[in-house]
Amino acid sequence: MKVNVYVTLKPGVLDPQGKAIHHALEGLGFGGVADVRAGRFIELDVADDTSDAELDAMCAKLLANMVIENYRIERP
Amino acid sequence: MKTAVIVFPGSNCDRDMAVALEQVTGRAPAMVWHRETELPGGVDFIALPGGFSYGDYLRSGAMAARSPILRAVSDAAGRGVPVLGVCNGFQVLTEAQLLPGALMRNAGLNFVCRSVALTVENSQSLFTASYDAGETIHIPVAHHDGNYFADAGTLDRIEGEGRVAFRYADAVNGSARDIAGVLNDAGNVLGMMPHPERAIDRAHGGTDGLRLFEAALGVLA
Repeated sequence: MKVNVYVTLKPGVLDPQGKAIHHALEGLGFGGVADVRAGRFIELDVADDTSDAELDAMCAKLLANMVIENYRIERP
Repeated sequence: MKTAVIVFPGSNCDRDMAVALEQVTGRAPAMVWHRETELPGGVDFIALPGGFSYGDYLRSGAMAARSPILRAVSDAAGRGVPVLGVCNGFQVLTEAQLLPGALMRNAGLNFVCRSVALTVENSQSLFTASYDAGETIHIPVAHHDGNYFADAGTLDRIEGEGRVAFRYADAVNGSARDIAGVLNDAGNVLGMMPHPERAIDRAHGGTDGLRLFEAALGVLA
């Protein structure tokens, strides 16, 4: 089963990369962008009986750094 | 004095660290590969060097923090063995949760590579006892991900407990409260972005880093 994991910076954590992307978009003439936050998308191919608890553990122990990031798991 | 340098794939300051340790102790450190599960017996100082372990994949230090040897390093730290993490080593220590906070991309997005002025905030720790409180020292930095972050509560706590060892005298990378080096609660683990091992010889342009090793390795000048 394919599981999608989205890792994003917690609200309030400054995102220099998002800021740079925002700036570049403005440079290309895209004026209507209020803010940009960059994150990470990870696709896992796991056994069908993988539990939510196991997926949570994978995210909390490695895929996300819980000091600065949140994660969201999307199962099929 | 028996020392060890942990070597990860992508470490690139392991040799510099070894030179510093040998210069101060008179004895070459054990170079311990990340796949090892045990440290050499009787090790009384562990260094995690700078570099780009695992190519900074996922997050700087993230993969190295989960490598087999880190369990042994964590156990040793728990027993009170001094552990010094420099640059990537600092990132590894935060990822391994041996130190609070995280190191993010520099605020200016630039790789910063130059000598910086640091203020010694805590001169009581085993790593900093050769400095005076409030003293300004000069040590080089070379990093892309040195922007220290922790939530306000954590920052207040570590400041209150005297666990900020060094602060940048001027903003360098966007670090919260200009924090350059942090101690664990027991005071035997220090992580810092500046490279003390690159300031141990007059030919380096300064020897302020040497004093850290002299203090930590018990050979106070």
